Amino acid sequence: MLKIEGLHVSYGPIHALKGIDLEVNEGEIVTLIGSNGAGKSTTLNAITGLAKVQSGDISFNGRHIANISPYRIVRLGISHSPEGREVFPALTVHENLRLGAYSRSDKRSVAAAYERVYALFPRLKERTGQTAGTLSGGEQQMLAIGRALMSEPKLLLLDEPSMGLAPNLVAMIFELIQSINQQGTTILLIEQNANMALSIAHRAYVLETGTIAIAGAAAELARDPRVKSAYLGG
Amino acid sequence: MQTFLGAVINGLALGMAYALIAVGYSMVFGVLRLINFSHGAVYAFGAYMVFFFVSLKLGLLASILLSVVISGLLAMLVDKVALEPLRKKKSIPIATLITTIGVSFIIQNVLSIEYVFGSERRAFPSTNLFANLSIGNITIQSSQIIMLIVAVLLLGVLTFLVQGTKVGLAMRAIEQNRKAAHLAGINVDLVISFTFFIGGACAAIAGALIGGYYGVINPGMGSTIGLKAFAAAVVGGIGVLHGAVVGGLVVGVVECVAAQYLGSNVRDPMAFVILILILILKPNGLFGKKGITKV
Ligand SMILES: Nc1ncnc2c1ncn2[C@@H]1O[C@H](COP(=O)(O)OP(=O)(O)O)[C@@H](O)[C@H]1O
Ligand SMILES: [Mg+2]
Repeated sequence: MLKIEGLHVSYGPIHALKGIDLEVNEGEIVTLIGSNGAGKSTTLNAITGLAKVQSGDISFNGRHIANISPYRIVRLGISHSPEGREVFPALTVHENLRLGAYSRSDKRSVAAAYERVYALFPRLKERTGQTAGTLSGGEQQMLAIGRALMSEPKLLLLDEPSMGLAPNLVAMIFELIQSINQQGTTILLIEQNANMALSIAHRAYVLETGTIAIAGAAAELARDPRVKSAYLGG
Repeated sequence: MQTFLGAVINGLALGMAYALIAVGYSMVFGVLRLINFSHGAVYAFGAYMVFFFVSLKLGLLASILLSVVISGLLAMLVDKVALEPLRKKKSIPIATLITTIGVSFIIQNVLSIEYVFGSERRAFPSTNLFANLSIGNITIQSSQIIMLIVAVLLLGVLTFLVQGTKVGLAMRAIEQNRKAAHLAGINVDLVISFTFFIGGACAAIAGALIGGYYGVINPGMGSTIGLKAFAAAVVGGIGVLHGAVVGGLVVGVVECVAAQYLGSNVRDPMAFVILILILILKPNGLFGKKGITKV
């Protein structure tokens, strides 16, 4: 479904991605783990057109999508919930979600998307008229994921959805990610919480300073001594 | 009392026209956090386009409509040609700011070229389209009534656009979080262009209304009024639509009343006297949101 080959991205003198190969197949949860500054977010930003692709190729369902505007990427069926819950603080929950469906004008399908998101996150439904800035951290995270789902993406990119959440909320978010996947959405998940990520993912990649160090089935990586010592706390 | 009331009415009409210009500053500031100093020149350009089409015998209404479209496109073009490239290169805000001032000079001086319109004042078709209204000793010109009504209607439409439509929601989203707006699937560049278009279009209407009220135009007409409208936008709280309206009204009324009692020399500085006073009392303007003013 998504295929990245030889991807290079630089921010001025910083060479953030040094030739990455990565693939996500339809129906999978693929996780990309790695320490801070490894280039995980940059990988997602390159896919969605927020970061400039220097060289290499990104294709989605056979179509070349490198350096295409973010709004076109959304229309192709890729949705990106960015790191740090970037909500629209002064807009209501309802308006935030509406914006996630900006690319769609068919009222019926927008209504269906609302229903799906509210079913996944009943908390958001209770707070539909509240401004996003007044939500708790966990609720803002739900809103960021919910907003990404409003465009009914084929591929959902999640950047550290568990960051800064209490343990019970983390477990809940991971369960939700699994059920979103079971409902038919392919997922590329970035996580610092490698344990949890590997437990729900089908396959995994380990990113180290801009290069893929290890790749394979998630269950295998969870047993890999290199992964264990570096990312799973021994 | 009657002279006071008369001055207030003059001020309300003029103030609504200022508001039409002020919203252009405010809306662009909203989406880009940029003071677009070329806006006053687009206002002058709008008045000249009306003048030009009327001189071609197109009729006042058709001339205004054409000018509105062309001025909107000019404002959009200014952004596309001069400002967007700087934005894409992530240049420092001050570079964009001085560019808008430069563009303002360019537009104004192109209008002044002898073969274009020349630097002389030109007679502008009056918008006193029907009889003046007299209440006691107060006379209200029909151009003022038209100014008031048109501006109120337009500002109502603008408010609906921003608060009640999908593109308005997109504008508010871009204002709050550009990155998230991109990721939500908004064509951000298009919405920004649209914002400039609306600003330019409103400025052109203000140009026609104010030109038709005074009966004369000149290429530099946008510089003082532009600054006053900018002051009005800041007084009301920049980035806030109804703030621009209230700011415009306050500036219009105060300057007309001051001119009535203290002489016409105090008219133009009044906007800035108000600006200074309001900002001392309320640093974000009357309706300004906290934290929005960091440029
Ligand atoms: N906008 C940016 N400008 C400059 N450098 C950046 C920017 N974003 C990320 N970087 C740098 O690129 C590298 C990879 O960052 P990032 O992709 O955010 O890592 P991760 O998400 O794995 O923590 C880091 O060295 C980071 O400092
Ligand atoms: Mg990151």
